[in-house]
Amino acid sequence: MINLRDKGAQFWERSNRPVRVLTVFAIVAVVAALPYAGNTFLQTPVAAFDAVLVYPMGMFILMALGLNVVVGKSGMLDLGYVAFFAVGAYTMAILGTRTGLNTWEIMPIGIAAAMFAGVLLAIPTLRLRGDYLAIVTLGFGEIVRVSALNSEAIGGALGIAGVPFPPGLGFEYQLLDQKYFYWTIVVMILLVIWVIRRLTVRRPGRAWESIRQDEDAAELMGVSTYKYKIWAFVFGAAIGGGAGVFYASRSMVIAPDNFTLNTSILILACVVFGGMGNIWGVIVGAAILGYLPDRFRFLSDARLLLFGLVLVVFMNLRPEGILPRKKREKAIVKKGSGA
Amino acid sequence: MFDTLIHQFWSLTFSGIALGFIYVLIAMGYTMVYGVLRMINFANSEIFMVGAFATVMVSKYVFELSNDAIPPSNVKLFLVILCCIVASMLASALLAFLVELVAYRHLRNRTTNRIAPLISAIGIGIVISEIVRIFTGARTQFAPNIVPKKTLATFQGAEIRLDSTLTIVAGLILFILLDRFIKYSRLGRGIRAVSMDEDSAKLMGVNLNRVISLTFTLGGLMTGAAGFFYVNVYENVKFNMGFSLGLAAFTAAVIGGIGNIRGAFFGGISLGLVEIYASAVIGTQWKPVTVFIILILILLFKPNGIFGEAIQRTRV
Repeated sequence: MINLRDKGAQFWERSNRPVRVLTVFAIVAVVAALPYAGNTFLQTPVAAFDAVLVYPMGMFILMALGLNVVVGKSGMLDLGYVAFFAVGAYTMAILGTRTGLNTWEIMPIGIAAAMFAGVLLAIPTLRLRGDYLAIVTLGFGEIVRVSALNSEAIGGALGIAGVPFPPGLGFEYQLLDQKYFYWTIVVMILLVIWVIRRLTVRRPGRAWESIRQDEDAAELMGVSTYKYKIWAFVFGAAIGGGAGVFYASRSMVIAPDNFTLNTSILILACVVFGGMGNIWGVIVGAAILGYLPDRFRFLSDARLLLFGLVLVVFMNLRPEGILPRKKREKAIVKKGSGA
Repeated sequence: MFDTLIHQFWSLTFSGIALGFIYVLIAMGYTMVYGVLRMINFANSEIFMVGAFATVMVSKYVFELSNDAIPPSNVKLFLVILCCIVASMLASALLAFLVELVAYRHLRNRTTNRIAPLISAIGIGIVISEIVRIFTGARTQFAPNIVPKKTLATFQGAEIRLDSTLTIVAGLILFILLDRFIKYSRLGRGIRAVSMDEDSAKLMGVNLNRVISLTFTLGGLMTGAAGFFYVNVYENVKFNMGFSLGLAAFTAAVIGGIGNIRGAFFGGISLGLVEIYASAVIGTQWKPVTVFIILILILLFKPNGIFGEAIQRTRV
C-alpha cells in the first residue's frame, strides 16, 4: 500500500515556509468548517453531527494524543488511561457544583489532580515491564471506577448532575448548537499537538524514543529512564485530565459508567489503528473510530459487531496502523522485551 | 465486621476454593498462551462466555431441563454432566483455535509490533460477545439447575455441597491431566520448547504453527470447562459475563507468575479465597478493588509473580 505518511513528510520537507504556513491554515480552516458540513453525506443519523464532532470524535482525538505519548512514543502499554479522564471529569463535577469556580479556573486544578494520580500510579508500577504494567494500569482504572461507584459522597452509581457549562468568552456555549464546544476542543487539540511536537524534538522526546527501542541500552547510555517514563506517564495523564474536565463541563452529567475499561481499550484502539507514535496517524485513527459507530447507528444491533470486525480486518491488513511512524523510527522490538 | 468471616469461615473457604478452581481453569487459557507467545489472549474471556453458553444450550435444548424442574438423578445426571462439560470444552476449544487463526497467526508473521495482535484479539472479543448478545439478548439468563445443590456432609458447621465438590474434584483432575500432558507428551514438550526459545525450537524441527494452535486449543478446553462449572454453581449467563471473570483469572495468572501453569494454580486458588473472604469482611462492592490492590502489592515486592516466570521446568 502507499505510504501516505512518508508522502506527507516528503511534501513537508520539500516545501518552503510560505507553503507550509498556507498548508497549515488550509487544514485548520477545513477542520474548523466541519460543523457546517452537517447536512452532507457526513451527517450522523441519530446524534447531531456537531455533537458527534465534540464527543466522541474531538474527545477521542485529545485522549488518543495523550495516550500516544505513553504507548506510542515511550512504548509503555497503559490499559487504564480512562482513570485520568475520570479524575479530571470528577474534579470538574465536584468543584463545579460545589464551589463558584468556572471551567477555565478548574481546568488547571483538574489537570494537576490527574497528574498527581499519574505520579501515584507511576512511582510503584513503572519498574514493571510490558504486560505486567498493562494489567496494573488496567487494575488502576477499575479501582478508580469502582471507588467512584461506591462513594456516596460523589453520587455513587448516579454520578453528579448539573455540572455547569464553561462561561463563554464573548459567546455562549449552547447545548443544541455545539459549534463553540467543537472550536474550543480544536484549539485544545492544536495546543497539545504543538506541545508534543516541541517535546518530541527535544531531550524528553529523544529519551522516550530510546526507551521504546531498548530500555537497557538507553539506561546504559545515561538516559535516566525511570524519570522520563514517569514524565511520559504524567504528561499523558495531564492531557487525559484536561479532556476529562472539558467532557464533564460539556456533558453536564457524569457517572462511573462513563469511565469503564471499554473506553481505555477504545482509546488504545484509536492509537494503534491510526499508527502508534505518529500524531497524525493517531488523529486520523481517533477521528475514524469515534465517527464510525455514530455514522452507522442505523445498523443499531450490529453496530458494535461491525466495529469489532473493522478492528480485526484492519489490524490484519495494516498492522502498523493507517499512517505508521517514519521508517527510521521503527525499531526491531525483540519478542519478550516489553511492549 | 469480622463476625461473618469468623462464623462462616469454613463455608466461605469451600466456596472460595470452588471459585478458585474456576479461576484456575480460565487462567490456563491466559497463562499457556502467554507462555508461548508472550501475548495476552484478550479474547479468552469471550471463550469462557461461549463455554458457559454451550452448557446452557445443551442442558436446555438437548436434555430439556428447565430452571425450576427437579434436577435429574443418577445415570441421567452423570450423562448430563458429561455431555455438558464435553460440549463446553469443545465449543471453547474450537473458538480458541479460530481466534488464533484469525487474530494472531497472520499478524505474527507480519509484524514485530506487539500491540497490533492485542487490538485484533480485542476486536475478535467484541465480535464474539456481540454475536452472542444479538442471539440471546442483553439480559441475564437463568440457567437450568443441572447438578442438585445437595449437601454431602457437614464440616465444622459448613455444608459441603455437591456442586462445589464437583467443581473442585473435576477441576483438580483436569489440571493434573494438563500438567502431565505438558510434562510428558511429545506435543507438550514442543509447547515447553517454544516457550523457552522460539527460534531454537524452530531449528530443532518443532512445527511452530501447530504448537501455537495446540496451545490455544488446550487453553480453550480448560476455559470451556470453567464455563460449565460456573453455570453449575452460579446458574446464570450473560453475554458480557466473561469480562469480570476473565479479568480476575488473568490477575490470578499474574499473581502466580504468568506463563507458569503451577503458579496459575496457586494464584487462582488464593485469589478465589481472598475474594470470598474480602467480600465477607468489607462487602462485595469493593471486591474488584481488593483484588487489584493485592495484585499491585504482590508485583511491587515480587515483580515476576510469586513463583516467577523463570522456572523453566514448570513453565508451559
